Amino acid sequence: MNNHEYKKYAQQKVSPSPMGKNLFFAFLIGGLICTLGQALLDLFSFWGFEKKICFTLTSITLVFLSALATGIGKYDDLAKYAGAGTLVPITGFANAVVSPAIEFKDEGFVMGVGANMFKIAGPVIAYGVSASIVGGIITYVISIL
Amino acid sequence: MMYLKAFIVGGTLCAIGQILIDKTKLTPARILVSYVVAGVILGFFGVYDKLIDFAGAGASVPLTGFGNTLANGVKEAIAKDGLTGIFTGGLTASAGGIGAAIFFGLIASVFGRSSEK
Repeated sequence: MNNHEYKKYAQQKVSPSPMGKNLFFAFLIGGLICTLGQALLDLFSFWGFEKKICFTLTSITLVFLSALATGIGKYDDLAKYAGAGTLVPITGFANAVVSPAIEFKDEGFVMGVGANMFKIAGPVIAYGVSASIVGGIITYVISIL
Repeated sequence: MMYLKAFIVGGTLCAIGQILIDKTKLTPARILVSYVVAGVILGFFGVYDKLIDFAGAGASVPLTGFGNTLANGVKEAIAKDGLTGIFTGGLTASAGGIGAAIFFGLIASVFGRSSEK
């Protein structure tokens, strides 16, 4: 088997009906993570926290759970099935921070852990914050006109 | 009812990400960046808050919700502090999630072990 044939063979083995199956699991697991988020949101609001704080606490809790699951290697197991279902929720963002942090431990805590934890989170923060600043400039200019 | 709406809207946002991965070969990092920027844009137009009112965590938990938090933070900070708010609002509003990810990431790296080895 040459390289090309092997690739084809491997692809057939890995995914009998990739599109539909991937889509189903992404929807299911992504949906369940959001449902868990809703339960946390309701719990914090039941405890009497203000609405905005409830959203922040829900994010922090989901990030914590994702860090825990990533630390014991379970998040990546789930991600194999869930694809975007574990990527798109904020737990995926947390996983993108925690996973390289653990993986690059060998290279030291400063340039290994400290630098690599921003490998994916860095671009997300850079473009997210920059987009919000552009939006802010436009909002500000409109407000003083 | 809110749980069902959170499930369906959250699941749909993830399914769209899956279609992007399968059809366009966008890398996960690019997907996350696109979602956040899309959330910022929808947030500035005030559209995303309506989706959160409808679906709760189904809209706030996906990374578009993170983008919306950035946009709302900037809008509120401008209303409160004027010009400075353009720069302070985004990170202030999103500090909880980012701070938690960094801190728990460090803790996990102390105790966790790489799954590759």
